[in-house]
Amino acid sequence: MAEAPKLFKVTIDNITIEVPPGTSILNAARMIGGDVTPPAMCYYSKLQGSGGKCRTCLVEVAAGSTADPRPMPKLVASCRTNVMDGMVVKNITSERVTDARNGVVEFLLINHPLDCPICDQAGECHLQDLGYDHGKESTRYEFSRRTFDREDIGPYIQLHMTRCILCYRCTYVADQLTDNRVHGILDRGDHAEISTYISKAIENDFSGNMIDVCPVGALTDRTFRFKNRVWFTKPVDAHRDCPTCCGKVTLWNRGDEVLRVTVRKDPWGEVQSYDGKPGWICNTCRFDKKKLSDWVIEGPTKIARHSVMGANHYINAKRPLETISEVMGGRHPRVLMDIHKVSDVNQPEVMLSELPGPATGDTFNGQKLEYSTNITDGKIGSPSNEEGTDSTNPNTP
Amino acid sequence: MQLTQRAKQVDRRPMTWLEKIYLWNIVKGMWITLSHLFKRKVTIQYPEQKRTFSKVFRGLQVLNRDEEGRERCTACGLCAVACPAEAITMEAAERQPGEEHLYKEEKYAAKYEINMLRCIFCGYCEEACPKDAIYLSETFAPSNYQRKGFIYKKEDLLIPNPKENPEAYQQALGERREAQAKK
Repeated sequence: MAEAPKLFKVTIDNITIEVPPGTSILNAARMIGGDVTPPAMCYYSKLQGSGGKCRTCLVEVAAGSTADPRPMPKLVASCRTNVMDGMVVKNITSERVTDARNGVVEFLLINHPLDCPICDQAGECHLQDLGYDHGKESTRYEFSRRTFDREDIGPYIQLHMTRCILCYRCTYVADQLTDNRVHGILDRGDHAEISTYISKAIENDFSGNMIDVCPVGALTDRTFRFKNRVWFTKPVDAHRDCPTCCGKVTLWNRGDEVLRVTVRKDPWGEVQSYDGKPGWICNTCRFDKKKLSDWVIEGPTKIARHSVMGANHYINAKRPLETISEVMGGRHPRVLMDIHKVSDVNQPEVMLSELPGPATGDTFNGQKLEYSTNITDGKIGSPSNEEGTDSTNPNTP
Repeated sequence: MQLTQRAKQVDRRPMTWLEKIYLWNIVKGMWITLSHLFKRKVTIQYPEQKRTFSKVFRGLQVLNRDEEGRERCTACGLCAVACPAEAITMEAAERQPGEEHLYKEEKYAAKYEINMLRCIFCGYCEEACPKDAIYLSETFAPSNYQRKGFIYKKEDLLIPNPKENPEAYQQALGERREAQAKK
């Protein structure tokens, strides 16, 4: 009885790998890694039942198995199809797959507002990556886009339904991580939207993780809103002794200010696992510990070489020694201009990390504690912002 | 070793008496000077006269407004990340109710600065901008007595409001932009 289970041999893009039975094609491809891996917008290996919704991971199965080597007639979703022994899969080597994926991306972008310059997710957005790889330069869609008012679900999370691609990941987080789910998908088809029922606030202790699982900018961190672009912040691995969660996080710093706290991500954009357990973090770690002294710094986060996050960050830079005072016998050079006396940007007294919401113009004009409340947001009992020219407004050109 | 075919052999014989008084060489040089009096001038009387700009001239940056006079910049940071000299910095803020006539989008640049001491006028900021909010104008030759005068802030960079001050707006647009708009 104690014999090891037979391994299945599967060939993906001419690379053969042996995987245990029950592995999905997507996970087999992830074991190989690199370009062979299909992109996934809705599948999240740490969330049970996720996948099968976005269709970006479509692959061609050229041979079903050794026993039945007929090809599968249609492209299959690799996140939901398990491997068979002797299966031959084509991903990037198949023109049909590339073509289908281009089409899927076009469909995903049909209702997307493309407000990347405003969106806080820009720079780490999976839809942005996908659009760069597979998207067209312009849309063929001529009708007005599906729009929603932006909504605050709870004090920490902001929902931009216009950007949502309905991957259902966040509802799985709420189902599986938190004790009671208060938000879900309402309506069907084109009208489907994610909302809290009667705008009930999400107060579960792990609800913040749905920000991290969201592949687009639909769920964003209100405490980070508009504070900085992600590629200007410096990611640092850190941990703290947290009674509720693993406490292992990535801090996104600007200077010594902690602007944002997220989970640590693995190469697939999912939360990293420690000893087989996903390292979700609690809301206390994520939203309340915005001081560097709260954390034990481990070191800079490893960033993929081609990521925009690495732009203008010089990890191995060695600063030249300040030799002038040595040469001048201890005298320091006279500073001709202190940049903080002239510049209005990056004022030392403005602590963005201490603001619970986005800054307003006044924040930088003397009233350093001023922050924006949710006046323009669509909420039950208050009129929605119809005059403005938001990305959330249907009348915006 | 001979590196090129254009090397000229130098005559190293001692000069004769006639050569030593340099009269012929002086006349030759003065003839060149004289001939230039009758040629077309290569200089112009700046600043009374100005040259026409090339189509790709890159001068000082201008922050653009839309036709209703609202600031176009949304502080997306693409100009700053594209800037090879790291001259551009900004602070983003959320637009408040009642500010819709000032800013085009829900997020705007509360502070925007270009350090002109650093700027190399490469024009990457203009190329990176997704909102047509920054472009390089035909203004050049800024001068100042102090370094702090070269930290250009939003009030230095913003184009005049086309509704309140249409003439100044047109002037700031420059000839090239006008021609572009007519097309």
